[in-house]
This record gives sequence, C-alpha cells and structure tokens, in this order.
Amino acid sequence: MSKRLTCNVVVVGAGMVGAACALYAGRAGLDVILVDRGPVAGGTTGAGEGNLLVSDKEPGPELDLALLSGRLWGELAQEFGEAVEYESKGGVVVASSPDGLAALERFAQGQRAAGVVAEPVAGDGLYDLEPHLAPGLPGAVHYPQDAQVMPALAAAHLLRASGARLLTGHTVTDVLRAPDGAVRGVRTDKGDIHAPAVINAAGTWGGELAALAGVRLPVLPRRGFVLVTEPLPRRVRHKVYAADYVADVASDSAALQTSPVVEGTAAGPILIGASRERVGFDRTFSLPVVRALAAGATRLFPFLERVRAMRSYLGFRPYLPDHLPAVGTDPRVPGLYHACGHEGAGIGLATGTAHLIAQTLTAKTPDLDLTPFRPDRFAAEAM
Amino acid sequence: MTDPNRSGAVPHLVVIGAGPAGLAASVAAAACGVRVTLVDSAGEAGGQFYRRPAPGLRARRPQALHHQWRTWERLKDGLDRYVRAGCVRHLTEHHVWCVERRGEPDRGFTVHALLGPEQEGAAEVRADAVLLATGGYEKVLPFPGWTLPGVVSAGGAQAMLKGALVVSGRTAVVAGTGPLLLPVATGLAAAGVEIAALVESADPKAFVRQSRALAAQPGKVAEGAGYAARLLRHRARLLARHTIVEAHGTERLEAVTVAALDASGRVRPGSERRVPCDTLAVGHGMLPHTDLADTLGCRLDGPAVHVDDEQRTDVPGVWAAGETTGIGGSALSLAEGHIAGCSAAARLRGTEPDPGAWAAAARVRARLRAFSAALDSVYAPPVHWTEQVTDDTVVCRCEEVTGGAIREAVAELGAGDPRTVKLLTRAGMGWCQGRMCGPAVAGLAGCELAPSRRPFARPVPLGILARAGEMDHQ
Repeated sequence: MSKRLTCNVVVVGAGMVGAACALYAGRAGLDVILVDRGPVAGGTTGAGEGNLLVSDKEPGPELDLALLSGRLWGELAQEFGEAVEYESKGGVVVASSPDGLAALERFAQGQRAAGVVAEPVAGDGLYDLEPHLAPGLPGAVHYPQDAQVMPALAAAHLLRASGARLLTGHTVTDVLRAPDGAVRGVRTDKGDIHAPAVINAAGTWGGELAALAGVRLPVLPRRGFVLVTEPLPRRVRHKVYAADYVADVASDSAALQTSPVVEGTAAGPILIGASRERVGFDRTFSLPVVRALAAGATRLFPFLERVRAMRSYLGFRPYLPDHLPAVGTDPRVPGLYHACGHEGAGIGLATGTAHLIAQTLTAKTPDLDLTPFRPDRFAAEAM
Repeated sequence: MTDPNRSGAVPHLVVIGAGPAGLAASVAAAACGVRVTLVDSAGEAGGQFYRRPAPGLRARRPQALHHQWRTWERLKDGLDRYVRAGCVRHLTEHHVWCVERRGEPDRGFTVHALLGPEQEGAAEVRADAVLLATGGYEKVLPFPGWTLPGVVSAGGAQAMLKGALVVSGRTAVVAGTGPLLLPVATGLAAAGVEIAALVESADPKAFVRQSRALAAQPGKVAEGAGYAARLLRHRARLLARHTIVEAHGTERLEAVTVAALDASGRVRPGSERRVPCDTLAVGHGMLPHTDLADTLGCRLDGPAVHVDDEQRTDVPGVWAAGETTGIGGSALSLAEGHIAGCSAAARLRGTEPDPGAWAAAARVRARLRAFSAALDSVYAPPVHWTEQVTDDTVVCRCEEVTGGAIREAVAELGAGDPRTVKLLTRAGMGWCQGRMCGPAVAGLAGCELAPSRRPFARPVPLGILARAGEMDHQ
C-alpha cells in the first residue's frame, strides 16, 4: 500500500453518473475521491450520444427522474453550457402511419399529465420543424424539453468542477467493511481508500462492484451501435426518431431491435442510432446492425443517402430487469449507495440521480420517492 | 452451397491489395489452381512500391526510379498471363471499405468496395477466403510549422516522383527517420533538386550495435551505401543525430531550423541552425494498415496483424501478408505474399500445404524479419520529440486540434488513452480518422499507440451502407 487516503465519500466510476455524483456531493460539502480503473468517460459514457430525454419515457418514476434531471441540466447549462456542448434542441417523434400517429398521441397525452411538454405536430407543421424529412409523413409530437450534451466533455467538466480527487487507473478490488458490516472504504490495486460511504457508479460493471460488497444487483449489458457521418451544415435540427423507438426502449427482448434515431451535433456530424441487443460484452463489429441503422435513417431523411458514414462505435447500456436504475442506499450494506443501471438514459438521468444521492448522504429528504429505485428490489437469490 | 461463386467447385480467393505482397500472393495462388480476384484501389497493379508514371507521361526509363525492376516485370508478366487465362480477375479502382464474414448457411466472406475515383458506386465480391495485403502508411510526427505548404511527407514526395515525375521544389530538406529517407533524397537529387540537408535522428553508433543483424543482409546494406554514395556525389549534407525543430514561412515554407540531439535524445541547446529550403520531405517510418483485419476480428500484435508460419491470421479463412503484418519492405512482402498464396490455395483445395514448397521464401522471410527488427531498433524518432510540439502546434489537422488542447485533456480533464483524448478534443475524429495524428496523440498522452478501431476502412455513403449485402453476386 503506497499511501492511506481518507475522505467522506468514494465514488467508483468516472463516467457521467460518477462525475455528477462527485459534483453534487462536493457541493453538498462532502470531501470526495473518485476512482476508476480506466480514464474519465472510458465506458458507456464515451459510447453514447448524450441524450437528455423525456420524450421516450412513459409516465412513472423514470419520467419523474428525467423531469427533475432536465431541470438540473438546465441549471448546469448556465455554468457549463458551451464547454459540454449543451443544446436544448428538442425532440421530434415521427409517426409513420395514421394508426401510429393515434397511438403516439395517446402516449403523449399521458406524458402531458405527468408534466411533459408534448406538442402535436400535423403534417405541414412537421416540415417547418424538419424540412428535410421524407415526404408524406402523417405527423409527429414535438418535445421541446429534450436536450443533448457531449457526454465525455460533460463528465470531464463536471468532474473537474467538483473539486473531487480523481484517481484514474485504480481498479477497485474489494469493498472494505467493518465487523458490523458497514462500509469503510474500498481497496484498490494501488492502495486502500477509507470513507464511510461508497457510491457505486460503475455503470455496466455495477453488478460486479455490488458483488464485492456482498450483495446482488443484476446489471447486464445491452449493446448498441452508433453511426457517425461526415460533418455537415445543420440540416437535422432536432433529435428525430420514429415512434417505434419507444417500444424498443421498453422491450425485454434479447433479439436485435433497431429503430431510427437521427440528430445533428454542435460539431457537425450527424449521429444515427439506435440498436439494442443482449449479446454480453461482445465487441465484434456487426455490419447487419449498422446496415439496419443506415436503412432506417435514410428512410426518415432521404438526403442522407449520399452522406458518408465516417465511423461506427458500440457501447453497452447497463440495464436492470425492470428498466429502472438503482438509486439510493442499499439497506443490506450500510454506507453503500448505488447510482447505476440507467440503461441508455444515464447521461440524462445523471443529474437527478446525483442530486438525490447527495440529499440522502446529507440526511435530507430526497425530492423524489426512491422506493421504485431500491437496489434490493430484485428477488434475493443466492450469490 | 448456393453461392454462384462456388459453381464449378473451383474455390475462390480474394486478394485485397495489388502491391508486392498481393501480386506475389495472387500469382502463387493462381499457379496452385484456385480462382483469384485481386481487388485494388489503384488504376494499375503495383501498389506504392511499384508505382509508375502514368502512361500518358511517356517516361523513357521508369526503372530509373526503381530498383528490383526485373522482379516487378516478372510479377506483372505472371499476373497478365493468369488474367488472360481467366484464372485471375483484377479489379482496379475498387476501394474496399469492409470485409464481412458471413454466417451460416454458406459462410465465406463478402468484400464490400466503392467504385471509381469518386467512390460513389458499389461493388461486392464473394469469397471463400480472403488474403489481406493492405500495405502500410506513413507515420509523420508533428512539429511547429509542419502544416505549411511545401512540407510534404517523405513517401508523398517519392510517390510524386514515381507516379507523376513532378518535383515540388528546387531546394529540399529530407528529414525524420527511417530507411525511406535515403532513397527519397537520392530520387529528388537525381531529378535535379538540390538537397540542402538530409536530417536523420538515428544514431550511427546504433547501426554498429546491430552490425551482425545488418551484415546478414549484405545486399540491403550495399543498397543503403549506394544511396549514400550517390547522395554525396550531389554534395548533400548528411546530418545524423539531428532533428527538425521548426519549419518557417508565412505563405509557404521558406526555411527549417535543424538541431543536434544529445545522448538522451533532446535538442542540444545552441546547436540550432537555419537551413533555407522550399521543400521539406519528412517521415518517421511506416505503420501497417490493419482496419479490415481488425474489423474481421483478427488478432493484432501491437500495430500489426498477427499471422502464423503460413501467414494465416487467427480468423479461419483469412490470410495476411506484407506490411500489414509488420513493416519490412518489398522483398519481405514478396516472400510473405508467396507463402500466403500457396497456403491459401492448398487449404482452399482441401489439402494440407507442404511448407517445403515455399522453403526458399521462408528463409528469405526469416532473414528479412530479423533485418527489419534490427532496423526498427536503429531508426527511431528522438526520444523526447514531444518536447518540440508547442501548445499552439496543430496536431490533428482534420479537426485542427492543438498540442495544448491534447495536453489539457490529459492533465486537466482525466483523459488517459488515445480514445478519451479523442472524445475530449476531437483529435482523430476527422476525415483521416486519426491515421495521421494517431501516433502523435498517443505520444502526447504518454501512452502506447493502440490501433483505433475503424469499422469502415474508408467513408461509405449511407445509401450504399443501407443496401450492403443485397447486391447480385455475379
């Protein structure tokens, strides 16, 4: 052991959620050390588009968390906006048939009751919002609250502003516990870090960290590919996606699903998603998947036919069986907090998650009821 | 088996790249009785090494710019013969963007290519096996002023000489490190350019330390000595243990500052001197092209594709030969290509290959690999080359990312590898996808150069991508 480190809180994971936890805990007056076996944003954070979405969420606890997070992102945008490429560009969910439009309208109705701004857009209005969309689409719903950040920049800048001590290249090998079972820090391959609280922000590897603390948290990877085009002048103004995306997000199927999600970025390239597959941590490139992404995107925006794809990358969304994250204290291990399992919504939900965790750490009443996010909600099976 | 390519039961090998390795492989495989399709991005066979003046230029003695011209003529004759006999199909101006491994039921591979100089059409070729001879590309490390017009890569200068017979200036400095610098300087001098200096960062003493390995290749050493002697006849200044500190100029290059290196590989203070020139040809060695192999899932060893004694990668049905398996020059590429072609053909025909059939090539391969390993340990950029990169030096030219931005990402923002530097700075996200700046970014980030994954070996229009795999396979 090279040196003995102590602090109030150890955050494990230098992705978006870990960085936000460091920021909110730090601003609540806590001394934070953040550890990661890799660099900042080296996992799922570095492989996503940076969606801050309410549009794809049905009424319920995740939508409540998304609305809270969106407000907090709006505050952070005042401080970090330019550096993290924050854009409140809004989302446009496009129906491909009159039936689809009716279903989308019903979905939006429920969201409006939960506090979402969801504006119906008829055929003509659609082309005012997105002039380059394929002709003949029946309509859409416009979600002005949807926004985007550049996720790696967001994680790095929030982390720098947090004042937390950052230990990259440190692999956590154990969660240290007192004889009464309470957390007293973590062991890393480069020494122990002592703290009365440990936050599990390990993303896709959150289940492994939980196991080090002796508890079960069934986080699993759900693979996704993103296609990136050559840089273009702005021709896609919003995050635009087909209505079937919502069904894919909520699906439990292990098979490949793709639904077109198209958006421009501040830097110029257009990002194209979204695919979902449960194939473990398989990093093999799949031409059939990106072919399906390209086909979906060119159907929505025919001008993309001649636009070149520069690269494609893949990432693993950390999902839990009921598609809700684990947020809050773990009643099985005093001092252990979870902030993981956000699936494809971790960038968006990071701020709300971190805010609620910081409230819990400082013995305040959280702004949201954390019961739906309880980390011990999954049937207790033998480890 | 419904693949029309398999009709007649003659197995089909697709060779990608028509440089020395790909040519040798195609000829060897065709001689063993398999059908070969040679796919290449250029309009004519030869690759970078055997690049020749366009026919319209009517060069009287193209061989003046080449050595091993007879080897080339023999290969080209062999290729022409097999093409005429219908055993080899040579597809020119086919830019391969991806090789796809097909699943059940028919297995095999689909080679996806873009057509023509505009790369707007699409072609697909089905194969029972593929042989990757994708060659290498030049490594150039940045320094202040390297983006000025008049600064070219050493390989670029040579390609201009070989292919277009044009010379970019009147007074040139050739600089960097590696065995390419001498022939480039000699070629420029022969074309009438004054060589103001040849600046090589390697230490002559290092050659002495490697004398045994180098002496095992007397032909190669004599080749180098021949270049040096010719260059001296042109009264060029040879500056070993020196480096370029900066290129100067407003509109275009006017001069360079060169300096001596001390024992630790740092610029020796006070040794800087200014050399007027209008051309700087600079290069720091070569790197293998591994994109297609990496996307197929082939194992890489460091920057190169891993192969066994038969030149097989660890992916069944995929062979690799030449610079893509490690930089070693054209003679090594020829030997590897020959072995790969023989092995692939035998295995495609369902027979166990007999290594005795390529024993001579295997001996050449062993000797030349030892030789290039020795060269690798001799030719190296200055140990502390990153110190020459000022904070305002543009490192990633596509995205205009400076050395300072990269240093900030590492020191302030927690980047720890080339991938996170890229995410936080956009270095390597542009048109060349980091091929140019990759080594520099890794060096500035203080980490090893890891080949970054490029699923598309070149940019591909989304409309073509959306329909990939749907074409008729004739």
